[in-house]
Amino acid sequence: MSVYVNKDTKVIVQGITGGTAKFHTKQMLEYGTKIVGGVTPKKGGTEVEGVPVFNTVLEAVQATGATASVIYVPAPFAADAILEAVDAELDLVICITEHIPVMDMVKVKRYMEGKNTRLVGPNCPGVITADESKIGIMPGYIHKKGHIGVVSRSGTLTYEAVHQLSEAGYGQTTAVGIGGDPVNGTNFIDVLEAFNNDPETYAVMMIGEIGGTAEEEAAEWVKANMKKPVVGFIGGATAPPGKRMGHAGAIISGGKGTAEEKIRIMNECGIKVAETPAVMGETMIGVLEEKGLKEKCKTH
Amino acid sequence: MNIHEYQGKEILRQYGVKVPNGKVAYAVEEAVEAAKQLGSDVTVVKAQIHAGGRGKAGGVKIAKNVDEVRTYADEILGKTLVTHQTGPQGQEVKRLLIEEGCDIQKEYYIGLVLDRATSRVVMMASEEGGTEIEEVAAATPEKIFKEVIDPVVGLTGFQARRLAFNINIPHDLLGKAVKFMIGLYTAFVEKDCSIAEINPLVTTGDGEVLALDAKLNFDDNALFRQKDIMNLRDFDEEDEKEIEASKYDLSYISLDGNIGCMVNGAGLAMSTMDIIKHYGGEPANFLDVGGGATAEKVTEAFKIILSDKNVKGIFVNIFGGIMKCDVIAEGVVEATKQVGLEIPLVVRLEGTNVARGKEILEASELNITSANSMADGAQKIVSMVK
Repeated sequence: MSVYVNKDTKVIVQGITGGTAKFHTKQMLEYGTKIVGGVTPKKGGTEVEGVPVFNTVLEAVQATGATASVIYVPAPFAADAILEAVDAELDLVICITEHIPVMDMVKVKRYMEGKNTRLVGPNCPGVITADESKIGIMPGYIHKKGHIGVVSRSGTLTYEAVHQLSEAGYGQTTAVGIGGDPVNGTNFIDVLEAFNNDPETYAVMMIGEIGGTAEEEAAEWVKANMKKPVVGFIGGATAPPGKRMGHAGAIISGGKGTAEEKIRIMNECGIKVAETPAVMGETMIGVLEEKGLKEKCKTH
Repeated sequence: MNIHEYQGKEILRQYGVKVPNGKVAYAVEEAVEAAKQLGSDVTVVKAQIHAGGRGKAGGVKIAKNVDEVRTYADEILGKTLVTHQTGPQGQEVKRLLIEEGCDIQKEYYIGLVLDRATSRVVMMASEEGGTEIEEVAAATPEKIFKEVIDPVVGLTGFQARRLAFNINIPHDLLGKAVKFMIGLYTAFVEKDCSIAEINPLVTTGDGEVLALDAKLNFDDNALFRQKDIMNLRDFDEEDEKEIEASKYDLSYISLDGNIGCMVNGAGLAMSTMDIIKHYGGEPANFLDVGGGATAEKVTEAFKIILSDKNVKGIFVNIFGGIMKCDVIAEGVVEATKQVGLEIPLVVRLEGTNVARGKEILEASELNITSANSMADGAQKIVSMVK
């Protein structure tokens, strides 16, 4: 089991003819992901890496039976690409693109209300279920199949956490990057809930960063609902206030969104928070031992 | 992106939001001329810097005649204002806003921000104008009223009226207040603002609703479609290294330490700063080279780090996803060839094309210390700069 994606998930790539998309289409195919089509307006009828290209998402979906899409479309056009995927009634849309104007995302979220599509991202590394399906830009080789769920606002910190877990012999079910933007499709609570309901996931690593209050809300949810141990990390403890730290959402404003406050509330809600990003894996293993889950989670 | 108050007011004017008459001045005589043209009994001389807290720092003066305008303009222009937002080094004043004074009856607060919880724009209003909204929120949260705005219909008339009633705007000014709020919301959306704060909004003796101050911030991600806003950028307000970095789409922020950092991904870049601090070092910067960096971009990033004279060592921490390790390695080698390297360099590479990246660094025969993990790299660079 896993969350959101598995070996049978059929995926189309929006913006497939761009350089980055081409590179990652090849990587995803090599990983075993079922990439069944691509979309680039006016490039319909061509092929990328042996994958047929269509002019519209609807055409691609009708021809291939895809249920998921991954978006590499440049920022000025990315919001429209999401809308097109939602209109085609895909179950899952993963948007890798960063730098989408926030007003565009406000409209996208409004458009998605009442619809059944799940959007992951934007500005995220994607979703990977180890050994089954990699949808996004993460390096595949660091992921090993196992029982830890990973959810994160940061791409590279996800890789860091996964790498540490895999090196220590603890595989993962699914790693979900929810993205670093202030308006995103899927939040921590959505993913925590999915992991809570996934019988193969025994524990969850939750990686946040400064800005907003998503981690605090997730911590309260964990306290009230989570049946499995959650270990956390928050990036940006040394970030100066009022400065946007790369991610559009990573800013301390009006004294809100500090790492200190997030860590305090997470601790209060029973989430052990790793002291440095170098000990995310170690901290998880310590908690697994405490909960008697260490042997069950050791996969290799 | 930030702009000056006078620029913000100019934008608001275009949307029917009332602001006092005023003119920008770069020199004392220009200020005097502006005051003469305004011809008001009382003139306000306001320092134009991006940071808030200008009043308390002596950057806002009320002049009762043209001579006083001259005196104050002379005093403020060229002065370095130190406010709670400028940092201890302060910010030099190079522009003034010369504005007509007005007969203030009462001060209010109106602000627009993105509410992350609802993914919508929220208008906030309060009767406690002139005070920082964070202070009001802490002391008397019941005095802040909010309306969540549906992007399909925008700020509606009833929402604006409800806010106006809640903050006790006099009933005879209701229509003007509603027009003000709807104009402000329209400006916010059409110009891709990230923050719009009017503090204070005032009602005047002659029955006007005016924005006495205007703080507009813009979404950097939307500047590609806001060329007129981009033209308002004031390079004097920005750090030189940050300006240079922005030319290459690098996300760079200057800090006070001595360990230069080059990282991919914002989360990892922040955490790299954290771990350097954890091991007793001080980061000199935040630098995210981003996903699609080319070797050329990496070279420029490296040069920017080296241009900071405080930097005594560099830590390159890369976990490649979209970013390929070989591209980083090529950029590092190229940069060191171009500018030379006399300080310690620790490189940690992991992720996409890591083997090729390591080969390139080894083949270069540069004096590079390699690290096999983030902690290892951070400890090495901290000990090397000590």
